[in-house]
Amino acid sequence: MRQAMTGNEAVAYAMKQINPEVVAAYPITPQTGIMQKFADYVANGQVDTEFLTMDSEHSAMSATIGASAAGVRAMTATSSNGLAYMWEIVYIAASYRLPIVMPVVNRALSGPINIHCDHSDTMGCRDSGWIQIFSENSQEAYDNAVQALRIAEHPDVMLPVMITLDGFIISHALETLSTYEDDKVKKFIGNYIPKHPLINPSQPVTYGPLDFFDYYFEHKRQQAEGMVNAKKVIQEVGRAFEKEFNRSYGLFEEYRMADAELALIVLGSTAGTAKAVVDMVREKGYKIGLIKIRCFRPFPEEELAEALKRIKVLAVMDRSLGFNGVGGPLFNDVRAALFGRNAEIKVVNYVYGLGGREITPNDIWNICNNIRDINLTGKVQSSVNYVGVRE
Amino acid sequence: MSNKKWKEIPIGGLILEPGNSVKYKTGGWRVFRPVHDPTKCSNCLICWIYCPDSSIIVKNGKIEKFDYDHCKGCGICARECPPKIKAIKMVKEE
Ligand code: SF4
Ligand code: SF4
Repeated sequence: MRQAMTGNEAVAYAMKQINPEVVAAYPITPQTGIMQKFADYVANGQVDTEFLTMDSEHSAMSATIGASAAGVRAMTATSSNGLAYMWEIVYIAASYRLPIVMPVVNRALSGPINIHCDHSDTMGCRDSGWIQIFSENSQEAYDNAVQALRIAEHPDVMLPVMITLDGFIISHALETLSTYEDDKVKKFIGNYIPKHPLINPSQPVTYGPLDFFDYYFEHKRQQAEGMVNAKKVIQEVGRAFEKEFNRSYGLFEEYRMADAELALIVLGSTAGTAKAVVDMVREKGYKIGLIKIRCFRPFPEEELAEALKRIKVLAVMDRSLGFNGVGGPLFNDVRAALFGRNAEIKVVNYVYGLGGREITPNDIWNICNNIRDINLTGKVQSSVNYVGVRE
Repeated sequence: MSNKKWKEIPIGGLILEPGNSVKYKTGGWRVFRPVHDPTKCSNCLICWIYCPDSSIIVKNGKIEKFDYDHCKGCGICARECPPKIKAIKMVKEE
């Protein structure tokens, strides 16, 4: 069915279809719209979820963990400092291998206080053990929400999943999207049969015991394996989704990459604008393509290096800044992926859009020109560039 | 306790076998050991209730001994023994 919804409403709609047993909520802009809409579904009896209004994000994630450990599907959602406040428990959710799904509406981290989009919040916990899947628009946010549970609950994975959507740009913008029938979504998701529910008197189980130098390392080793396995499962679930709903999803999307020599890599909503710019620049005769990373954790290292093997100059667009002195997080992961695999490629970082700063087609056009010049001259002036900041 | 490999244990740090903490000897953590004086003891069992490690062994309603394999020397038993009795002393481990 075609429906007009904001990104937040689209995610809430997926949550309605998922009908999780427990949802624990604490409001924070721009995520609040998800829980507000979901609370309507609860109040109207359209879901039979136990809806918990908590005193903080730290508590919201704790309650979600408790419910998930008890053996049911449990969800929450957050943004920005809410995610930061959750962080201790976010890490524990992954460590306990709980298949929680959490939409995160990307918003800049304080300070100074800013409610608008950038990716610094989810980047802050990029290695916390959660799978991270980015969305380009409301459709993808919805589709990712539908796919996330099957990924999280796969026995080879058993890790929590964050699905992200850009604050305001996706969360608050009204778009039309295709939604699927309730029973089809339910069938796609299937039933969740927890292996070790906490509430099962005939098979008692302990969650969260003390774990010292004699076993902690083994548990972390298992977790690392779950993340590696997730790559295969995300692709399998993507294929199953395509079969059922006719939309294809993989680890990343390649746009006009077949004969490309220049390429852009982006995350999230900027991909939409950047694809339009790629089309315009193509008309000028540049052989340029684009890769939109969908699955940021696990990072599709090998696959990405393969997709980039003919690329001469690559622009990595980061909507967050790693304060490491060497550029944004996506830039560093992409460079690591290419190291030893493609020695010829020049990789340049373009940091943009912090705190909701606008990124225009013209900005992206300039990036394209920039990498074309690098290709012609063979010279990189500066490997980390700031787009749209007043110099 | 035998140390298993990472593929041999349940994921997420779960413990699936109830009551297996008895296999994990915590007595080695002890700096002070509780020593019981049966001549002072009234066998009120307050210490037994309070011991967080079930390390006070009671037989026929009387304090029999400490389980020094698991007693970690917290001293709660000595602290909780009624002030007029004080039948447990904490003695430095040699
Ligand atoms: S010292 Fe602590 S652990 Fe040991 S017997 Fe007394 S209360 Fe129990
Ligand atoms: S608390 Fe003191 S008096 Fe009571 S049983 Fe224990 S040692 Fe004896």
